[in-house]
Amino acid sequence: MADRDPLYEVSREIVGADFQSSGDISGELKKILLQAGFPPPFIRRIVIAAYEAEMNVVIHAFKGTFTTVIYHDKVHININDEGPGIPDLELAFQEGYSTAPPHVRELGFGAGYGLSNMRKCSDALEIDSRVGVGTRVSMDFLVNSQRDGAEVEK
Amino acid sequence: MKVIQIVEPLKAKVVVKGDLGETEITGGYCGDLLSDCIANATEGSGWITIQSHPNTVAVAVLVGMACIVVTNSQDIGEPTVQRAVKEGVTLLSTPLTSYQAVAVLSGLGVPGTRKHG
Repeated sequence: MADRDPLYEVSREIVGADFQSSGDISGELKKILLQAGFPPPFIRRIVIAAYEAEMNVVIHAFKGTFTTVIYHDKVHININDEGPGIPDLELAFQEGYSTAPPHVRELGFGAGYGLSNMRKCSDALEIDSRVGVGTRVSMDFLVNSQRDGAEVEK
Repeated sequence: MKVIQIVEPLKAKVVVKGDLGETEITGGYCGDLLSDCIANATEGSGWITIQSHPNTVAVAVLVGMACIVVTNSQDIGEPTVQRAVKEGVTLLSTPLTSYQAVAVLSGLGVPGTRKHG
């Protein structure tokens, strides 16, 4: 079925500790999704989750690969990193829990909301982590999900 | 209201112009935690923050913010300026505190906005 074939696939390398250009991959993804004509609330939640995932690699890992596969009705993101891994996933999902060092926190990162933002924004989130080896994060975003009902509150 | 109209009331210095004469500011958000700002700030808002490192520009682009207002005359390094120029993001620097800056924008009728849901 042609409908099930990916429309577009893109892969980018993330460099650990590179706070100068971090966020660029998520920015590029936003542009691609806008060009593809997806609804803004759908793009917004993907961008939030993508940014958090990208920053997690920059903050915690040595390097990583960020792959996006775009279908007509969903977006799949896969991030593989080489890094310390996550010893306790349940703890890592707790809002406010972070292992980010102080110099990273001073920049406004590492507040412990990354994984929970990713979970709130995605329709499916899977994390495989091996301590001392690395982490694989896989996220799916479905068009027309109930999560796309976001509106601006004044 | 255009972004250029908040410059004088904020006693702000225009560090990077972007498209401040044309861009509408439709709301405001104040915060220094990037995860909070990216999750809750709305497109078209002015972002009041003391963060001035290059990644604030990335967050502003991802949210689609109208401008960044760096408060307390916090130092804005060259890497941040370069990134804002590259992305066309308006970057303002004000001597006001974040609270004072919010009060000024509120007085101008810029509403506090947040993403719902």
